[in-house]
Amino acid sequence: MTVFVIRRLLQAALVMIIMSLLVFGGVFLVGDPVEMLVADDADQAERQAIIKSMGLDLPFYMQYLRFIGNALQGDMGNSFVFQEPAMELILERMPATFELAIAALLIAVVIGIPLGIYAGLKADSWMSKTIMTASILGFSVPTFWVGIMMILFFAVILGWLPSTGRGDTVELFGIPVSFLTLDGLQHLILPAVNLALFKLSMVIRLARAGTREVVHQDYIKFARAKGLSTGRIIGVHLFKNIMIPVVTVLGLEFGGLIAFSVVTETVFAWPGMGKLLIDSIGFLDRPVIVAYLLFVVGLFVFINLVVDVLYSVLDPRVRLQEVKS
Amino acid sequence: MSDQATLEVRNLQTHFFTKAGVVKAVNDVSFSVGKGKILGLVGESGSGKTVTGFSILGLVDEPGRVVGGEILYRGENLVGASQERMRQLRGNNVAMIFQDPMMTLNPVLRIDTQMIEAIKAHHKVTDDEARQRARDALGQVGIPSPDERLKSYPHQFSGGMRQRVAIAIALLNKPDLIVADEPTTALDVTIQGQILYEVQKLCAETGTAMIWITHDLSVVAGLADEVAVMYAGRVVEAGKVDDVLDAPMHPYTAGLIGSVPSRNARGKRLHQIPGMTPSLLNLPEGCAFAARCNYATAACEQPPALENAAGARQIRCHHPLVAEAV
Ligand SMILES: Nc1ncnc2c1ncn2[C@@H]1O[C@H](COP(=O)(O)OP(=O)(O)OP(=O)(O)O)[C@@H](O)[C@H]1O
Ligand code: SF4
Ligand SMILES: [Mg+2]
Repeated sequence: MTVFVIRRLLQAALVMIIMSLLVFGGVFLVGDPVEMLVADDADQAERQAIIKSMGLDLPFYMQYLRFIGNALQGDMGNSFVFQEPAMELILERMPATFELAIAALLIAVVIGIPLGIYAGLKADSWMSKTIMTASILGFSVPTFWVGIMMILFFAVILGWLPSTGRGDTVELFGIPVSFLTLDGLQHLILPAVNLALFKLSMVIRLARAGTREVVHQDYIKFARAKGLSTGRIIGVHLFKNIMIPVVTVLGLEFGGLIAFSVVTETVFAWPGMGKLLIDSIGFLDRPVIVAYLLFVVGLFVFINLVVDVLYSVLDPRVRLQEVKS
Repeated sequence: MSDQATLEVRNLQTHFFTKAGVVKAVNDVSFSVGKGKILGLVGESGSGKTVTGFSILGLVDEPGRVVGGEILYRGENLVGASQERMRQLRGNNVAMIFQDPMMTLNPVLRIDTQMIEAIKAHHKVTDDEARQRARDALGQVGIPSPDERLKSYPHQFSGGMRQRVAIAIALLNKPDLIVADEPTTALDVTIQGQILYEVQKLCAETGTAMIWITHDLSVVAGLADEVAVMYAGRVVEAGKVDDVLDAPMHPYTAGLIGSVPSRNARGKRLHQIPGMTPSLLNLPEGCAFAARCNYATAACEQPPALENAAGARQIRCHHPLVAEAV
């Protein structure tokens, strides 16, 4: 197990190095930040001074090394717009994004797994067909459009739920969260459902496919031959087996959820990292963009690692192989 | 048999309604097993042995259905019994050991979980009591250090060990009837012998009735009291093991036993009869064995009925073989 984790950590470091090169290189090519930084009426000398102080006159590889050197010390540069460290800006907004993503994940799992199991067990019923059709819609209709429709329907026409912002927050272990206040919870519902729809469709399909495969296995029939109740057969024997692919994919997709929240956060003006990214792109706020991208890549890598470990906990067969290797 | 049989199957018919047509997997099967007796159910691959076993436990899945006959468990007809009644009987009164030991245990649950739940599904006992019984059952089938083994997962066992666990699970609630579907095929000969011995002892001691499904006539010869031979979903011959094996009356049974119809054939696998089993989708009008039978005549175009013969024998043939004096 330790060997396995160390090997994965080395792979993760390699991925981070490659990604930092790509991200930094990409942003380097995109635009010249100098225009952003110098005042309109600055003269040539002031201009040169700023370029020099930022190290923008150095060749690409020098700039990159400088950036990496600072980054390793936790310094991703200051935001051009806010004049604050970029990393701090991101971390400040992280709880909002995480809250949204976790709420979406919960919705996807709590609703998706029972629906998927049902659709797998009763494949021919009209209910199952309705569920599957809805899941295709969930896959194919764009998130932003659904978000706008949700606002139109639930916020504008019915006036049931608020459509922008986080609402009231309270501190939980020093982190501001919305879901513990009624107002915050109401604010959370629409964006969380919006972000969940895609994953919900996926969970339904995974659970259904898993159920259809597992339900025909001999061990399910044997469980029935033991006289177990249907509840136990579905809730333990079937559930545990279909959870292996569901957890793997969901874990891997959690990073995707955070990346996708860019759209949802923008539509619902949810003050998270995704909205910060879109705003920063608008202002060509290079340090924030780079910091965000690297942060999300790091998150992906970390999540992959956690999923691998979790997977081996869920599936005893994997566990054994690792002990051997 | 004066007292009531533990299980009596009468004219059982189980069909599968597939897109290609109706597969008559079990098409008129009758037999009975008494307390403490072992019935060998023998036949080629695809003759409907497993489907017969599943029918008894009410485990036939779509598109299959029991379409006719009766399954009398101590006089109670299980055909048409409620789901809940079947659940109560399964694993408690009637247990089954499956054909493929690699697939019968749930790969993500520990052995103890899978054994304890089987007890608790039927009896109000504490976890400790259930664990104790699970451990005893593992010991009974010859699994060394059962305490440790209880904590293992199925993939940590060999095929033979898994089958022994499955047998132990079948024994857990001391059922009246065990349907054992080729349970020893995956085991090596010594262990097979050991298990057969244990099973025989168990049946004699506890009065458990057993249906032992197999390809292997030699196993039946040493183990069973009675034998029923199946062909294309029907019982073609049944009777006391010694009678049937020493003097088969049905040409198919004779073919199975091969040229030496004696128990000297011990250890020998089923002799291959030339030709193929007819498609169950499209059975011939008359005797299903006619195409492969050396004794077939025009009369065989009419379906033969299962008829009683001397010495508690039953035979489904227009031209039964006459026992030769040995
Ligand atoms: N779900 C099903 N759908 C259609 N046909 C089926 C189904 N299950 C079984 N059958 C058919 O029923 C027939 C009898 O099968 P069964 O498994 O009982 O044979 P068997 O005697 O146990 O053979 P083996 O010795 O190979 O285990 C087979 O021809 C098979 O094709
Ligand atoms: S009925 Fe005719 S074809 Fe069938 S087994 Fe007897 S002799 Fe052969
Ligand atoms: Mg079989």
